[in-house]
Amino acid sequence: MGATAGPLPSVRRGARPRIPSGALGAAILASALIAALGAPYLAPQSPFAQTLVMRLRPPATHGPGGTYWLGTDGLGRDVLSRLVFGARASLIVAGLAVAVSGASGTAVGMVAGYYRGRIGAVLMRFVDTVLSIPFLLLAIAVVAVLGPSLLNTVLVLGLTRWPRYARVAFGQTLATRTREFVEAARALGSGDGRLLRRHVLPDVLPSAVVVATLEIGLMIVFEAALSFLGLGVQPPVPSWGSMLADGRNYLATAWWLATFPGLAIMLTVLGANLVGDAVRDRLDPRIR
Amino acid sequence: MTRFIAVRLLQAVIVLWGVSTLVFAISRLSGDPVALMVPQGTPPDVMARMRHTLGLDLPVYEQYGRFLWGLLRGDLGTSYVQDAPALRLVLQRLPYTAELGVAAFGLALAAGVPLGVAAGIGRGGWVDRAALPFMLIGQAMPSFWTGLLLILVVSVDWRLLPSSGSGSLATLILPAVTLAWLSLATIARMSRAAVLEELDKDYVRTARAKGVAPRRVILRHVLRNAALPIVTVATLDIANLLGGVVTTESIFAWPGIGRLALEAIQSRDYTVVQAVVLVGTAVFVLASVVTDVLYGVIDPRIELGDVSA
Repeated sequence: MGATAGPLPSVRRGARPRIPSGALGAAILASALIAALGAPYLAPQSPFAQTLVMRLRPPATHGPGGTYWLGTDGLGRDVLSRLVFGARASLIVAGLAVAVSGASGTAVGMVAGYYRGRIGAVLMRFVDTVLSIPFLLLAIAVVAVLGPSLLNTVLVLGLTRWPRYARVAFGQTLATRTREFVEAARALGSGDGRLLRRHVLPDVLPSAVVVATLEIGLMIVFEAALSFLGLGVQPPVPSWGSMLADGRNYLATAWWLATFPGLAIMLTVLGANLVGDAVRDRLDPRIR
Repeated sequence: MTRFIAVRLLQAVIVLWGVSTLVFAISRLSGDPVALMVPQGTPPDVMARMRHTLGLDLPVYEQYGRFLWGLLRGDLGTSYVQDAPALRLVLQRLPYTAELGVAAFGLALAAGVPLGVAAGIGRGGWVDRAALPFMLIGQAMPSFWTGLLLILVVSVDWRLLPSSGSGSLATLILPAVTLAWLSLATIARMSRAAVLEELDKDYVRTARAKGVAPRRVILRHVLRNAALPIVTVATLDIANLLGGVVTTESIFAWPGIGRLALEAIQSRDYTVVQAVVLVGTAVFVLASVVTDVLYGVIDPRIELGDVSA
């Protein structure tokens, strides 16, 4: 739907923070990545091991399995270990979904911008249509049909979040296709496919990368939201969203269950957003 | 202006047609839509009869035609679980969601715009320095977590406000704040950026040079021009708000359409899920038509031109 005016300016004008916030964000994101990759080595306990005598213990309780630094949940599982393993679901889903939506959206936008005319008009109308469906509602409709799972979460996010890339790639391709090096390549006999891949894509890629980095944070939130609603990653696989949903049942008795998973989501998203802003400022200051 | 509105409405209709086609396609993803519409354990002969009554044994294009024709007459299908028209079920719950959404959106605007403008005008000052981390963190907090934290502190610890229910101001506050939080941060951030962008422009320097009072420069010149991007972001955020509605309603047991959709998924009542998606999208599409009309009011330079490119 046509609710776009000119591109919005970067936020980080004027006041320069003393610590480069991009680096801070990268450090946060890297920690999450390390947690996800090294989960079996980093987690103090198994994320599935239930110690029923140690149910709902507050943070820093000592127990048979060692110290429960962030407490235990309703089944006596170590919250810290589940958080560390939860980084996996979060980052796997976010990473795959960004890859799927980025690749498909960029391709659609490039084709629409390159051929313009009727194909372009139809494609971009389709982009507007998908953009105007409130995302979570669409995701719910798809999950209701396909059933919840990690793969379907990726599918849903990938299939619903591509239009932003298409918009950006469309605009960039329109600008690039008339440039002299494209004309020259065409004069030398390059076919459309080769032109798009070798000459237009390198011009479109920086903008797509900017959108992608800004989308990572959103994807993490969406995965958590779906899992929170029971429509995403299914138990017993640890996911930050489903841990929060679990913590919701113990709000009056075990504050830590609804606190730490949210903190993990917030920090990771903050990290991703800071990196996104930094990449945007460097590569393409004209995209919001 | 009339033509502008007419064209935008026409575009909205095309988008809604696209959305309903998409919804139709999604419902056919599983192969057998009837399986999505009835409770588990329904006898096969009942399902077969339903398939026939619903015309699901017809060719797909004919089913699609009937589906669209139904939509045109306001028939969004029947909920076999609740034995009622799906549209009526959604419309019964819509006022609750509207109440929550309007309260949250109003809150986000009322707090976000002044905060962002104040931060932008006093760039580098204490308001700005205090606001920036707040905005960054606010944008990174998923609304369902904000909601849980609010319950934890306000309802459980302080025992100030109820954590669920609806019908009074006291029950509205926590869900509205939860839903507003994310939009508030986004709107504040974009308002700040929009003000900074305008402050840099030549006309501001000219206005200052010719001796226009600082307050007047801000009120008459900067804010007027900054309003456009702020309105854009605010309306785009309605989509996020509608997304947040689902989790927020779930947390606070708020009887709106978001919770209706979740209940419908649990009871395998796909017709209702579908109806929620269609109605929710229609609301959002209408909201963006209103924005585009607002643009015309705020900025007379914007004519009928292709606003969607």
